[in-house]
Amino acid sequence: MSQILDAYRGLKLRDRMSGAPGWVRKVGMLLVIAFAFYLPFLNILPFAYIRTDLTSSGSDWASVLFLVVVYMIVAVGLNVVIGFAGLLDLGYVGFYALGAYSVALFGSPSSPVVEAIQNRFGLDETWAVPFVMCIPIAIVMALIAGVTLGAPTLRLRGDYLAIVTLGFGEIIRITARNLDNVTNGATGISGVPVPPGPEIDGRSFFNTIDAERWYWLALSILILIIFLAFRLEHSRVGRAWLAIREDEDAAAIMGVAAFKFKLWAFAIGASVGGIAGLLFGSKQQYVEPNAFMVNLSFLFVAMVVIGGSGNIYGVLLGAFLLTYLPERFREFQEWRPFAFGVALVVVMILRPQGLVPSRRRAREFEDRKVEAEEAAADA
Amino acid sequence: MDFDALFSGLDRHTLDGITRGSIYALVALGYTMVYGVMKLINFAHSEVFMVGTWAVLGVYTALGVSAGAGLAVVIGATLLALLAAMLASAGTALAVERIAYRPLRKKGAPPLIFLITGIGCSIVLVEIFGQVFKVFFGAPFGRVTVNIPSVLQTKELFTIPGLDLTITNTRVIIIVGAIVMMLALDTFVNKSRLGRGVRAVAQDPDTASLMGVNRERVIMLVFILGGAMAGVAALLYTIQYDITKFDIGFIIGLKAFTAAVLGGIGNLRGALVGGLLLGIAEVYASTIWSSEWANVTAFVVLVVILMFRPTGLLGESLGKARA
Repeated sequence: MSQILDAYRGLKLRDRMSGAPGWVRKVGMLLVIAFAFYLPFLNILPFAYIRTDLTSSGSDWASVLFLVVVYMIVAVGLNVVIGFAGLLDLGYVGFYALGAYSVALFGSPSSPVVEAIQNRFGLDETWAVPFVMCIPIAIVMALIAGVTLGAPTLRLRGDYLAIVTLGFGEIIRITARNLDNVTNGATGISGVPVPPGPEIDGRSFFNTIDAERWYWLALSILILIIFLAFRLEHSRVGRAWLAIREDEDAAAIMGVAAFKFKLWAFAIGASVGGIAGLLFGSKQQYVEPNAFMVNLSFLFVAMVVIGGSGNIYGVLLGAFLLTYLPERFREFQEWRPFAFGVALVVVMILRPQGLVPSRRRAREFEDRKVEAEEAAADA
Repeated sequence: MDFDALFSGLDRHTLDGITRGSIYALVALGYTMVYGVMKLINFAHSEVFMVGTWAVLGVYTALGVSAGAGLAVVIGATLLALLAAMLASAGTALAVERIAYRPLRKKGAPPLIFLITGIGCSIVLVEIFGQVFKVFFGAPFGRVTVNIPSVLQTKELFTIPGLDLTITNTRVIIIVGAIVMMLALDTFVNKSRLGRGVRAVAQDPDTASLMGVNRERVIMLVFILGGAMAGVAALLYTIQYDITKFDIGFIIGLKAFTAAVLGGIGNLRGALVGGLLLGIAEVYASTIWSSEWANVTAFVVLVVILMFRPTGLLGESLGKARA
């Protein structure tokens, strides 16, 4: 194993990639994207073994790909909060749920909210807010929730923040379950709208059968969000986050408005979570509170930290592994949470920086390790 | 909103709240002590409590006692269950420290990573009782609620005239037991030599180790003490509710943590105050609205406290003279 690792390191793939001429990198990137779009039809042996529907009990391959990409969006969004700004958010599922519930509450003709609007303005029973309008609503709802939650809590120490956000995620779910006259309670809301598109074979373009269309839609959004996240990381805001993460006091002395930038990170992370939730709810065409249990928050955090927080490629890998592996090995379903817990502990102890850390993060960890060893030697 | 229900039975609800709060307070001690010494939220502490409830069940099953046994048997079995729960919980807490926290301390990992391994341990412990043991030993393990024989049966002791209060033996045991354990712990930390070490490390780890306090040993001690208190809480919980489940720890852990923050995390007496207040607040809230909202109360209390008085009601101070 270590020989393979050494051989891999010997290739210095990263250095070669960053040293390659611009057009080579662009072509490489385009090839990767093209391959990603082709994945639902992947049928060439031996690569086809990664498909999840090889046995009759397996899950639909395109649906799994869709879920992987939705969770990748989540991971990239949460990475802004955890990886860039260094804030531990254990309630991310709350924003995800808000996104899903916004599109359900405003877009479904049978939701109590839409019915109230219909009655108030005398609209007919099939009326609902169009899907395209639901997108800004979902983003704004998640954004407002992020700012409302962040404003009082971001002044606190990091570990308090973790618990308060954990509570927030639970409050969203409990509220959704108990506010029967707004959210239909535990019954959930059906008839969640889908994106508009041309009708093919008598079905709307986005339907419950052709999952690969959903996958392509999600993938396109993911690529856009990854692009934005890279721009953000290297912007003035990104540098401010970096400074806050490494030493908040020093950053404050240098004139970085720590609270303001932390709130930005929170708000941006929240709205990305809302987008992911919207995609999820729209594909399911059904939203219910039990889909947003607290375990999902832990899964999201695990994607980021196992993959390598702070590095977008790392968190993409984390999201892929933690979504794909459980689907691929569905026959061990009962053992999934146990394996997940063990993996969390083992990976964090052996590689606290994550599987594919950013270079800067890796160096930060190395520094800390040396400091700890020196302190131990002194004592 | 049903304020009549609250005011018509105010005395009864307050007593309910105190009973519930005593258990929160005992669990909160574990959070507060570990936080005081290591500045770390031990996320797996809720599962330390959960393991304790299973130890109680184990002792009752092994002894074969059930409801309606003779007085001597009841007392013996309960004391044995208490011992087993304390040992099991303290052992679990120590194991968590060894496996999840010590290796990271050596690497000087940032606090965030400690939280992650804590969460990982918490999930592993839950799954051990929900899945692993089910596969190896079958019932009663698994993802279901398990009844624990109510060896100590509820008996009415006396009623307080004028108030609508019936005092039962279980209530007395829970409230008195919790307070006695807390007083004992408080005295231990304040008066004993080992306790002085704990306070020293909480105040200033570097100076404490210069003065000859073994920091690693203090950390171990803190996990053992916190675990043992969670074990006591586990026994009291089973006396009150007669059940356990693989995931009961999560909600109780969150509430106990809220209680610790409410009283001032790192402050032992704060844990008592916070636990009792939170217990009462919760019972009131579930009477006024519905029991569904009781869990939300704890979070709302937590956020409000953190907004207006982040150091809690009594302040954070395991190391200061007051603790």
